[in-house]
Amino acid sequence: MKYVDEYRSAQLGRVLAGEILAELEPGRHYKVMEVCGGHTHSIYKYGIGDLLPENVELVHGPGCPVCVIPMGRVDDGIAVALKDGVIFTCFGDMLRVPGSQYTLLDAKAQGADVRMVYSPLDALRIARENPDREVVFFAIGFETTAPSTALTLKRAKAEGIANFSCVCNHVTIVPPLRALLESPDLRLDGFIGPGHVCTVVGVRPFEFVPLDYGRPIVISGFEPLDILQSILMILRQLSEGRCEVENQYTRVVPTEGNVRALEVMADVFELRPHFEWRGLGFISQSALKLSERYREFDAEERFAVPGVRVADPKACQCGEVLKGVIKPWECKVFGTACTPEHAIGTCMVSPEGACAAYYNLGRFARDREAV
Amino acid sequence: MSASGSPTRSDREQRVLEIIETARAKRPRFRDERITLAHGAGGRATQTLIEGLFVPALASTRSNPLAALADAATLEVGGLRLAMTTDSYVVKPLRFPGGSIGELAVNGTVNDLAVSGARPLALSLSLILEEGLDAEVLRAEIEAIAAAARAAGVEIVGGDTKVVERGAADQMYICTSGIGAIDPRARLSPDALTPGDQVLVSGPIAEHGTAIMLARNQFELDARIESDTCSLWPAVDALLDAAGPDLHCMRDATRGGVASVLNELARASGVAVVAREADVPVAPVVAAAAELLGIDPMHIANEGRLVAFVAPAAADAALAALRAVPSCEQAALIGAVRREPPGMVLVETSFGGRRVMDQLVGDPLPRIC
Repeated sequence: MKYVDEYRSAQLGRVLAGEILAELEPGRHYKVMEVCGGHTHSIYKYGIGDLLPENVELVHGPGCPVCVIPMGRVDDGIAVALKDGVIFTCFGDMLRVPGSQYTLLDAKAQGADVRMVYSPLDALRIARENPDREVVFFAIGFETTAPSTALTLKRAKAEGIANFSCVCNHVTIVPPLRALLESPDLRLDGFIGPGHVCTVVGVRPFEFVPLDYGRPIVISGFEPLDILQSILMILRQLSEGRCEVENQYTRVVPTEGNVRALEVMADVFELRPHFEWRGLGFISQSALKLSERYREFDAEERFAVPGVRVADPKACQCGEVLKGVIKPWECKVFGTACTPEHAIGTCMVSPEGACAAYYNLGRFARDREAV
Repeated sequence: MSASGSPTRSDREQRVLEIIETARAKRPRFRDERITLAHGAGGRATQTLIEGLFVPALASTRSNPLAALADAATLEVGGLRLAMTTDSYVVKPLRFPGGSIGELAVNGTVNDLAVSGARPLALSLSLILEEGLDAEVLRAEIEAIAAAARAAGVEIVGGDTKVVERGAADQMYICTSGIGAIDPRARLSPDALTPGDQVLVSGPIAEHGTAIMLARNQFELDARIESDTCSLWPAVDALLDAAGPDLHCMRDATRGGVASVLNELARASGVAVVAREADVPVAPVVAAAAELLGIDPMHIANEGRLVAFVAPAAADAALAALRAVPSCEQAALIGAVRREPPGMVLVETSFGGRRVMDQLVGDPLPRIC
């Protein structure tokens, strides 16, 4: 595949691994957090850890859209899905996320019309084709997917599709990142920044990481060479005593982000005063709801949803995993009570979840040597 | 353990992983409250259903071939060694590039016999039809069945027809059962994988599943990809000839793809399988479609591809014999059997790393065959 395979070259990977090695201070342990679940998945899929020395530790961050959805929101979704005449649409990963009783997949087996879509526009098409049914889209994701939800809602409004609505669970990445940096139990040397989010918001929103917290952050692509190069750029900043935002993903991420997408988002969404994150609790101004202008499409207004906050299961340590405080295998229920077949926590469900990525792809680590 | 005596972080990690493998090696228990599509997807949920419900209830004796979990049962009848198997077909849409439900219904059952080392002899054919089905649709499928049976050298020797009310089925479902004569050259068993064995695939993978995905037009991707459905008996015949008793096991890589086959057999034999990603043949157009959809080609279904495990001494001869069979020209050696870690499948990634390759829990794509 052109423009993809070039970024997966094993030969160049070895060159970068050599340069990383040369940049290390012997005996020092480096902890680098990849913010994005997409990075976590790539790291395990390509076995990137196998190319790094043992004292470069990758810590998985909170940027997995499915992982951060709390149980109460899943219950709200299921309650809507079970209403007569509703066609409930969502991305495939959401189907197996446990609510307090069961999953959307179980609701489907009980007769709910739950359909997997690849894009919110598919949900709108279903609404157009089924004018006598209520079609609901369960929107999730960071700033990466929020613009496509926004554009879909703009189109629904322009076409006057009255049987379409949206449960908005869109979240923003900066507030949890700030919360994480405030937490005293985490010592990180630098961040691999969220490349996809930055295609929309640009690199400026991340300047607080070096300015307020003195940590380097490199906005990174998702191919294995991107990730290795970003690690190298972070290590270079550390060895040269620099601390700044750098953009490794220049082929996709413009400094200013995508101005049109930001305009559309500003029209369709407004900030929620606060939002509950799975395992992280309530974080103020960290999520989006539909703006006044789009209120008619808000499924939370259209349907009575329970809106009950459900505490995370006691055994589940998703919060600590999302904050990078523990590794997936350090969770008490990892791989025994909590497996991809019968997940207790969200991190075990999404392919971008740290637990699922580690369980499905990474459970066998090659011996590595420290430098 | 580290030299200092106190367990290090990686020792603790290792111990957790060992506990998980012990838990996974246990016979799964079927505890689900309802059947979901995942139970039919051929991955871990299907395995739980079979090993946790069907086998304990139905295989009352140890000698019952059901417990062997092979593609076909081996029976001895009056000194004759026979293989028997059954399969049902619910694919949507009925016709797709490179094949149709009728063709699948013949080849799928023929292939379960073939990879069990049996020359396919006869099939029975059961049809479940939806009220209102266009007779032309049925006629076309019966013709496809006849043509596929001729090509595979089997006879359709019996059948049954049921019609259900409109809405109680989706157009038509087919069930075929087959018997075959076990070839005297065959010494095959799912628990016969031996460290050192080489892993062969009979051609480019993931074409059937990808063709069906695109035929459903859900993704608005436009590419010419045809199903690989065909009879595998010629490939099996060539392998038996070239490797004989050095051919330890074969499977056709249907639902769950090559990944499912490797996992099932690694578990049955208590060995590890290490696959080399760079050596697995995948057509560029299939690789591109899989990349866009975020699915590993190793998890995508095939209907005319087999995976074979051959002792190292016979591997080159087996590969050469396979490549001489039409449609197997791109057969390849893709990995090897190792002793450790038992029951696991690992992939050497093209990038130079290593990862685990598990079965999928569910299937993103129901009704693929």
